[in-house]
This record gives sequence, C-alpha cells and structure tokens, in this order.
Amino acid sequence: MWPTLSGMPVLLRQEDFTGLDRAVDEREARLQLRRQISRLEAELAGLFGDAFGHTEVPHQVAAAATAPRVLDLGELEAVRDSLADRIAEARRALVERERVETDNRELLRKMLVAPRDYKWVRVTRADIGEPGCGAWHSRPWLGPIGMLMGWWRVKVSSGCPLAGRLAAVEHEAEARTAGFLA
Amino acid sequence: MSGVAAEQRMGWDPAPRQGWVAPHIVSEFPGLGIAWVEVDAKPGRSPEPVRRRLRDLSDRTYGSQAIRLRERPIPWAYRVFFRQIGLDPDRTRTPVEQLALDRLHDGGFRSKGLPADALDIAIVETGVALRAFDADSIVGSLCIRDSAPGEGLAGQEPEMAQGTLTIADEMRPVGLLFGPTAEGYGVHHGSRRIAVAAIQVKGVPQIAVEEALWMAAATLEAA
Repeated sequence: MWPTLSGMPVLLRQEDFTGLDRAVDEREARLQLRRQISRLEAELAGLFGDAFGHTEVPHQVAAAATAPRVLDLGELEAVRDSLADRIAEARRALVERERVETDNRELLRKMLVAPRDYKWVRVTRADIGEPGCGAWHSRPWLGPIGMLMGWWRVKVSSGCPLAGRLAAVEHEAEARTAGFLA
Repeated sequence: MSGVAAEQRMGWDPAPRQGWVAPHIVSEFPGLGIAWVEVDAKPGRSPEPVRRRLRDLSDRTYGSQAIRLRERPIPWAYRVFFRQIGLDPDRTRTPVEQLALDRLHDGGFRSKGLPADALDIAIVETGVALRAFDADSIVGSLCIRDSAPGEGLAGQEPEMAQGTLTIADEMRPVGLLFGPTAEGYGVHHGSRRIAVAAIQVKGVPQIAVEEALWMAAATLEAA
C-alpha cells in the first residue's frame, strides 16, 4: 500500500531508519569527509607555502566549534566546503600574482632596452617574484643634465642594506629622539 | 634517531603506558591515542645544558622552516585533526606550530623552566604534541573520552558542552584535548612526580611518540 501524504513525515523520521543501518552509513560518510578534509588541508598548506613572500592567500577557515568535539555530518561538510573555497581563492590569487609578475618581467625587459621610454619607473625584485631587496630604476645620467639631454639609464640597486648600516640608522634615530643630534 | 639514542631508548625504564580511548571516539578517529610516562622530577629553573639545548634549537630553526612546517607529515597530521574536531589550527595553534611562532616572535626559544623546557625540546624535535600533569594527582590511567552531561573542568569551566573531547583520569577530566588543564592537575611547585603525556593522531608514527616521550623524560630526569 502507498503511504499517504500525512504518513510521509513518519517515514522520514530519523529513528525509523535505525533498522536500515543509517547510523553506520553516516559514520562512513563522516570518515569519508575527514579523508577529504585531510587531503584539502595538505593542498592548502602547499599553496600557502608557495604563496608566502609573493602574495597573501586566504587560508583561514573559521573554527566549527568552540571546544574540541566530534563534528556531525553537516559541520564536517561545512569545513570541507570552506577548505575547498579557500583553495580555489588561493589558486586564483596565485594565478593573478603570476600574471602580474609576468607583466612586470616584460616591463623590465622593455625598460632595459629603452630606459628613456620608462622615465623614473622602478621595478623591484619582489615585483617579478624574485627574493631579495634589489630594484631596477630608470634614471637620467648626470641628474638634470641627463634629463635635459635625454640620457636615461637603468640603475640596479646594490641589494639589501647591511645590518651594520641599519643599526647605524637606528642609533641615529635614537640619538635624535634623545636630543643629542639636531 | 641516532644510534646512541636508540640504544638508550631500548633500555628505557619505565616504558610508556598506553592510555585508553573511548570506543565510539576511536571509531570516529582511528589512530587517536594517548601514551604517557611518569618521571621523578621537580619543577624549577632549567639547568644550563637544557638552556643551551634550547639555544641550539633556536639556531637551527628558521622562518622558512616555520612557513613550510604545515607541509611536514607530523605537523600536518595535527592540523588535520584540529580541523576534524572543529578547531581552527590558525587560531588555536598546534603545539609545534605555536612554538615555531614563538621562536620567530621572540627571536629564540625562551626558557620557561622545567618541565616546560623539556616538553618544548621534545615537541620541536619530533613535532609530537605533549602535555605535562602532576602525576600524583592523576587517579589510575589517562584516557581520551568525551565529557558526560553536567561534567566540568575544575577551575576552567563549571560545565562543558556534552561531547567535548577531554583527557581524563579514572575519576574526572584533567584537561581539554589540546586545551587548558584542569585546576589541581597541572605541574605546581609542590609536584614531585611529573606525567608527560603524548597525544597521537592518525599519521603520527608510534616511533615518533615514543621518541618524544623518551626525550622529554630524559631531559627531566637529567635535570
């Protein structure tokens, strides 16, 4: 006999599924979701490491609970989906950053060929995805004379400031604060 | 593990004790476990060899390693477990990541005295999550179980939400799993025996757990 409409809610009640081993199925589903979470977490960790120092990637997934406990199916799904979203966003951020770095490398190439077409343009190593503090700066030869004559060149900076020099700057700033220097 | 360390570990007495995990919890989290050792040791200032070891560890730990830490198998396993129990490992840090972050923030591993320094050395070297308790306060064996209705954490929470994962002895919870320790169970000035407990999750090999416990216990015993 077909169930009547009024009988449907009874059919859908959770306790009526106990004879069908629904609890076992749910546990399997939870285990499957936990496996997916572990795989996604590894992927996100890799993207975070790749992006560090180049761009900021969204990697935070809000806590599903205030205290440690066994999460239910819905909560695990929410964690899994949030991790998948973060991975997609992180991938997008990395692709976008890669595009910017490629454009900057192309700009640098053109700038090195024709510095006067890129007056005062400065490209740092970070802009092209390289480590370190160097920069390429399009500047005139001999200051104002070069500007008037159209003599432009790309000057490569000498890299990161030395620790001793930074310390000297800090000491000078402290001395100024203390009123020892004008 | 070095050959000398392996030889010393083979003759290690007492061997670590394996705790109990509630069956319905372990069926959800296969590989979850707790093991601990009890050591005759008093809390106090760390001796020079321990502080020197912390300095050596600081010199061996770099920012780039801290960034890539989450990709290494054991720290990753703890991050995954944190996600699975509802914690955000970027907010509630796993023990090894917290130490790496502190190292970057403070410029070195700061000595916090014993037993904290012994635990820090073992955690940084192995990545395994360790906790210290006052061994004389623990009744029977340690276990991992969920909280019962109306159960609280002494000095921390009068009543925990039912199902909260805890480390417990045979009487009551002694601390939240990866959370605060209940009042009266932490190591205090009067402690004369210290229980060092390792929490194992799926993906953390047994050998790493044993080495972490051995390392922490040996540091405490030598002090």
